[in-house]
Amino acid sequence: MLILECPCCGVKAEETELAPGGEAHLKRYGPGSSDEDFDNYMFARANPKGVHFERWRHAYGCGKWFLAARCTATLEVFGTYPAQTTEPPAELQAYIKSRRPEWEGYK
Amino acid sequence: MPNAVSALNGKAFSGFAQITEAGLQGMITLRGDLASPVIAEAVRAATGTPVPGPRQVVSAGGKSALWMSPDELLLLVPYADAAGIAAQLTPALSGEHALAVNVSDARAMFRIQGAKAAQVLQKLAPVDFDTLGADEVRRSRLAQVAAAMWKSGPDEFTVIGFRSVAGYIMGLLENAALPGSEIA
Ligand SMILES: [Zn+2]
Repeated sequence: MLILECPCCGVKAEETELAPGGEAHLKRYGPGSSDEDFDNYMFARANPKGVHFERWRHAYGCGKWFLAARCTATLEVFGTYPAQTTEPPAELQAYIKSRRPEWEGYK
Repeated sequence: MPNAVSALNGKAFSGFAQITEAGLQGMITLRGDLASPVIAEAVRAATGTPVPGPRQVVSAGGKSALWMSPDELLLLVPYADAAGIAAQLTPALSGEHALAVNVSDARAMFRIQGAKAAQVLQKLAPVDFDTLGADEVRRSRLAQVAAAMWKSGPDEFTVIGFRSVAGYIMGLLENAALPGSEIA
């Protein structure tokens, strides 16, 4: 069972109270972009075994979107943070590195 | 004025806890910047309460304000006053990026009473009721539908859900409160 603390309302929400939103921090390629960029944006996902950044919505609670860092292999949750960010907070990245020294880092 | 009735017209059930559909209840959704002094003033005028902090319910003189999300409150007022209070809120909020809507007839409210009232909800919601604060509103789900719940008295919980699923919620609560089905 996955429990994520919603950074918008502070509730420790259980997985069934949340709606998954897929991979976080995607850069959108829209009108005017190349076919290859659009194809990558639309269909290519990292889908890693290990550290992963995801979008979640507190659907049965405050209704807000937020982001979460977790391990897809162990379900360990490294942290949650506001959706209004373009990359994971530095402290969170440092914490993940301390938990997963072999992690290649965020981009 | 048409003859208004609540979703289940006050239906009640006696199990190991007492379940009651609470009847007509005025409810106003207020959305906007909750840190705004204009909103604080409007809430004070509508309910006589301050703006509640995150996940809190504050009450005064039979009216309440519930924190529903970082930009949303639910105001509980007498049913007969709800339309008038909502109409007064709109000019009181002029200039704000805010919205007040009377949702009284779009919601249903239930009370669960008795020493084991918490057990009824424990069966239905993925919520740790042992750590729920005295004035804390918890939005979650009851089985498959959204609900907001809080401890409204020493042996009482209040639940608000959507009117369209009031029958489903009543069925859940009745079943969870069947005599002999106590958790402990
Ligand atoms: Zn939330």
